[in-house]
Amino acid sequence: MKRPAAIDTTSKKILRKRTISDILLVGQPNVGKSVLFSRLTGVRTIASNYPGTTVTYTSGRMRFAQETYKVLDAPGTYSLEPLDESARAAVDLIDDAKRIINVVDATHLERHLPLTMELLAQKKVMVVALNMSDEARHKGIRIDAGKLSERLGVPVVPTAARSGEGIKELIHSLHSLPVPKEEEKDESSHPGHHPHIPDYSQRDIDRGHVHLNRDKIWQRVGEIVGEVQSLHHHHHTLSQRLGEMSVHPVWGSLFAVFVLALSFSLIRLIGEFLIGGGIGILGEPWLELPFGTEFLFEAVFKPLLKKLSLLLGEEGFLHKMLIGTLIDGDIDFMQSFGILTSGLFIPLAAVLPYIISFYLVLSLLEDSGYLPRLAVFLDNIMHRIGLHGYAIIPSLLGLGCNVPGVMATRILESRQQRFITATLISIAVPCAALQAMIIGLVGDHGPWAVIFIYGMLFITWLIIGLILRFTSRGFRPELLIEIPPYRIPSFRALISKMWMRILGFLREALPVVIAAVFIVNILYQLKAFEYMADFTAPVITSLWGMPKESIVPLLVGILRKDVAVGMFAPLELNIKQLITGCVVLSMFFPCIATFVVLFRELGLKYGLKSMAVMLIAVTLVGTALNFSLSLIIP
Amino acid sequence: MEKLLTELKPGETGKIIALRGGRRMQERLRSLGMMEGNHIRKLSNLVWSGPVIVLVDRAQVAIGFGMARRIIVLTNGNNKT
Ligand SMILES: Nc1nc2c(ncn2[C@@H]2O[C@H](COP(=O)(O)OP(=O)(O)OP(=O)(O)O)[C@@H](O)[C@H]2O)c(=O)[nH]1
Ligand SMILES: [Mg+2]
Repeated sequence: MKRPAAIDTTSKKILRKRTISDILLVGQPNVGKSVLFSRLTGVRTIASNYPGTTVTYTSGRMRFAQETYKVLDAPGTYSLEPLDESARAAVDLIDDAKRIINVVDATHLERHLPLTMELLAQKKVMVVALNMSDEARHKGIRIDAGKLSERLGVPVVPTAARSGEGIKELIHSLHSLPVPKEEEKDESSHPGHHPHIPDYSQRDIDRGHVHLNRDKIWQRVGEIVGEVQSLHHHHHTLSQRLGEMSVHPVWGSLFAVFVLALSFSLIRLIGEFLIGGGIGILGEPWLELPFGTEFLFEAVFKPLLKKLSLLLGEEGFLHKMLIGTLIDGDIDFMQSFGILTSGLFIPLAAVLPYIISFYLVLSLLEDSGYLPRLAVFLDNIMHRIGLHGYAIIPSLLGLGCNVPGVMATRILESRQQRFITATLISIAVPCAALQAMIIGLVGDHGPWAVIFIYGMLFITWLIIGLILRFTSRGFRPELLIEIPPYRIPSFRALISKMWMRILGFLREALPVVIAAVFIVNILYQLKAFEYMADFTAPVITSLWGMPKESIVPLLVGILRKDVAVGMFAPLELNIKQLITGCVVLSMFFPCIATFVVLFRELGLKYGLKSMAVMLIAVTLVGTALNFSLSLIIP
Repeated sequence: MEKLLTELKPGETGKIIALRGGRRMQERLRSLGMMEGNHIRKLSNLVWSGPVIVLVDRAQVAIGFGMARRIIVLTNGNNKT
């Protein structure tokens, strides 16, 4: 699943084409740019409580006083010298921006003003949005916006993007900004600026180019903050106390294990509830209600389809396409494989419930601010595979859908880290749709088979990571992250984010699933698969111990993995083949959407390298599983 | 007394007096509040040379072990070790 088009249609090529925005949001990570952007334009964006949520730009329109402005939300950056790929995109955009809203965090003014000073030194036409002012008030931090505006020479508007406070004032001050004229670009004093902003540039004698004198900037920031900010006593808030406890080496580790276990149980619990109306974590549910997507399909939709089936005469080309094959004279939603049966059942009844439950739990983790803390505790493990703790964030996103997961690797600093993380996601991190189908198909054999598959993928992830760490050289930066305060997730934001992701799933998945069912049926009719099955049998049958027909699901996996798992159903695999099949299918070529993004993010050379790693890994793991399982399961 | 940030005990406070390392590394640390003159409190450090978590400018920051070793802190002087 991809995020909706508004966000992800951008590619680096488009970025390089120099997007000219009327208004660009600039600020450090996690200051609330995306929330503010949604307030200004009404365009939904993903906003989460950790630095690095936005990795590419989103554009939207804002109307005010008969004028339409184009507004761009950009990734965060700490300074105009970008540290990672996402910040680079932001800095590229700044160069061309006509007007800027510089979003700063009112609770940490001293940390955010250096970027403001850098922008001022570039003589940008801008407004400063003093965001999080609600939180600042709560923490006893008072900032004199008028005085700050005087010192900076640009308008300063206190805002609270989450509640909408100050947005009107912000728009007014944007509207009254001077219109930049192209010819004036290089003039030393811009109409919007007071001439008393000192020049921070300094010639670097050694390297012969001009860069900013940061010591001077920090000194000036210190002076300004001293003048405009006053701190009032406030007591230790609950969120602070929780914040300190959850980084404690012992309590924090226990808490991390607890949070992970709870998250996985909740995802399963809610997912199963939405599918079958049953409640229970492992094994048989202890409560079942006449409810759920399966019930809807079986009790409501099936009778209708049966009528259609009769009408079509229970066989023939059209019946094959729409209804599929009747199993023992009846429609079987997993096996019949028609467009109206499996083609709708798989995305809507089997997968959608897990998409909902996964993103509900993920959103809670994202918005509370727990993810950066989890990253800290996993830093040690991630170090073993040449990464640092923050790489866990793209990997977790990958558990929902590999596409945003691979995109999110842009928050990592080095090329090597991006290569390792993206490769691991595409090979060993199963997306929610794939997981839902595996649980649905293998879960019948008991929960342990499912847990075994997860375990195998995790071990594969670890081993490939270890090998990549030692075989690919490069800069290996350490963890350095700001841990945001805990925040209570806002219900509205949660619903909005869920809606975006669910809609995104439907939009991406439905057409592809239906197309996949259609194409497969045509190819079956043409008997195209039979030749192929004989050709690939040496690997599939001799090494992996699967029936030779399993090549079909493996190939369909390139379109969509969830449909592919569904195609294992009619093959009557034994438990050994089912486990091997699911693991191999998870690893074997990423789905087309991930494939495209992977090559776009890594480039041709590293993309091919990643594919080579995948092919070697899947061959070895499939073979190892086949032979070792033969020893355990006779 | 002067200590490396990694040598501080959890709960110990001090003042940052120097940063070591290249210009870019120093810039990164400073942009997260690890600035000379700032007060810093170590909240915790994880086992096996894991990251160090500090409170600086009222915000929590997690710093990899190798980087934390480049931050020199002046503690209150009463040597508790
Ligand atoms: N209390 C409060 N929280 C806010 C405010 N604005 C944003 N937030 C929260 O701050 C977090 C970060 O918001 P985002 O909009 O994702 O921040 P961003 O600047 O886009 O972050 P990146 O995309 O990572 O650069 C979210 O959890 C928001 O709900 C505000 O004015 N007050
Ligand atoms: Mg954002």
